[in-house]
Amino acid sequence: MIDKVVGDIDAAIADIGDGATVMIGGFGRAGQPVDLIEALIRHGAGDLTIVSNNAGNGDVGLAALLASGRVRKVVCSFPRQVDSWVFDGLYRAGRIELELVPQGNLVERIRAAGAGIPAFYTPTGVGTEIYEGAEVREFGGREYVLVEALPADFALIQGYRADRLGNVQYRKTARNFGPPMATAATTTIVQVDEVVPVGALDPESIPTPGIFVDRIVPVGWREWMPEGVYAGGRVDVNGVPVGSEEEH
Amino acid sequence: MATRISRGELAARLAQDIPDGAYVNLGIGAPTLVADHIPEGREINLHTENGMLRMGPAPDAAHVDPDLINAGKQAVTELPGASYFNQAESFGIMRGGHLDVCVLGAFEVSQTGDLANWSTGEPGSIPAVGGAMDLAIGAKRVYVMTDLLTKEGRPKLVAECAYPLTGRRCVSRVYTDHGVFEVTAEGFAVIDAFGETTVAELEALLGLDLIDRTAA
Repeated sequence: MIDKVVGDIDAAIADIGDGATVMIGGFGRAGQPVDLIEALIRHGAGDLTIVSNNAGNGDVGLAALLASGRVRKVVCSFPRQVDSWVFDGLYRAGRIELELVPQGNLVERIRAAGAGIPAFYTPTGVGTEIYEGAEVREFGGREYVLVEALPADFALIQGYRADRLGNVQYRKTARNFGPPMATAATTTIVQVDEVVPVGALDPESIPTPGIFVDRIVPVGWREWMPEGVYAGGRVDVNGVPVGSEEEH
Repeated sequence: MATRISRGELAARLAQDIPDGAYVNLGIGAPTLVADHIPEGREINLHTENGMLRMGPAPDAAHVDPDLINAGKQAVTELPGASYFNQAESFGIMRGGHLDVCVLGAFEVSQTGDLANWSTGEPGSIPAVGGAMDLAIGAKRVYVMTDLLTKEGRPKLVAECAYPLTGRRCVSRVYTDHGVFEVTAEGFAVIDAFGETTVAELEALLGLDLIDRTAA
């Protein structure tokens, strides 16, 4: 029987080794697989290259991983945010390397890696300092720059529901980088709120089919989603409980 | 004396030029004001690059959902008929030329339509580009919404950009607090000068030759 569900989150990420390239889903905090990231911090793998849209928010999740000093390089589109003080400090101290990629090129490089395309021409960034010296070619009178696919050893993703076959559904804009990253990594690990029986997910709505997924880790309902149903008025946009004060 | 209009008035002026049925991306900051000024009777579809069409306004505090945010990472809502899609599809919407209009802020726009809005190139600053370069080259019409002059009084409409470029020859129009400029093969054409503002005054402020199309 196929069963990709791994109940022990620490076991689920135990084979991430030193020097690995790890994709981490999410746009800001939406879709960030915080539980998997916390397990990776406990696990202790170092010298990591992280591929993610942002470079951490506040002190949790990706920011905490960076703060642990185990990340050598970040590949992302938007590291500078109002709450990205962890990355800011490391970058200014010269303790972390940054490869800045325009967001559409970043995700297309990920998509290409998962779809067997080693490189492609894109109009985004032509004539900008990011692509100084890159190969440029004209098609139909317009210039395009050549960029290479971006594969990874592991992808850590947050989904909403999954079944034991690895089929994953997402919730609202937390879908963001999940589907392309799931295709681009050698090993794809998805944390979900709930595992449902095979057949319970509508086959017309499976953004990530199980073929792209290696491990499913159920982490339980989030505060504003008791029993998987959205309940307003409990948290702010960062997922911080209403009425509490986040440190900083 | 040149007339200046407020941010809200400028958003309303720009909104007049967004046709019924348009697919529109509004950049972070002042451009988001345009959504509040769409003329009654027009239906537009807002795209947010983190993966949604038919994005609605901010929710009240009791309906904030951390899984439902815009490109500025603020809480938003979904309108009936909304759809969610992944990042690759969302940026395909831009690059593939499917958006009718995007509205962006700017540090500088050149008279050939080059846009600089992502980096001031200051040493020691942390570079961050996000979706700016994809938006700039992707939409059918790229509208820039900005003040004509910086706080220090320097023109933001220039012969050539000094700041690092976001995209080349990509801007269609610039909506400023003094007037509206179309980017043409011959340079900036003034299509609307607000209030008492004259084209001669705009030329003096910018130090550029301008084409007068205000009567058209």
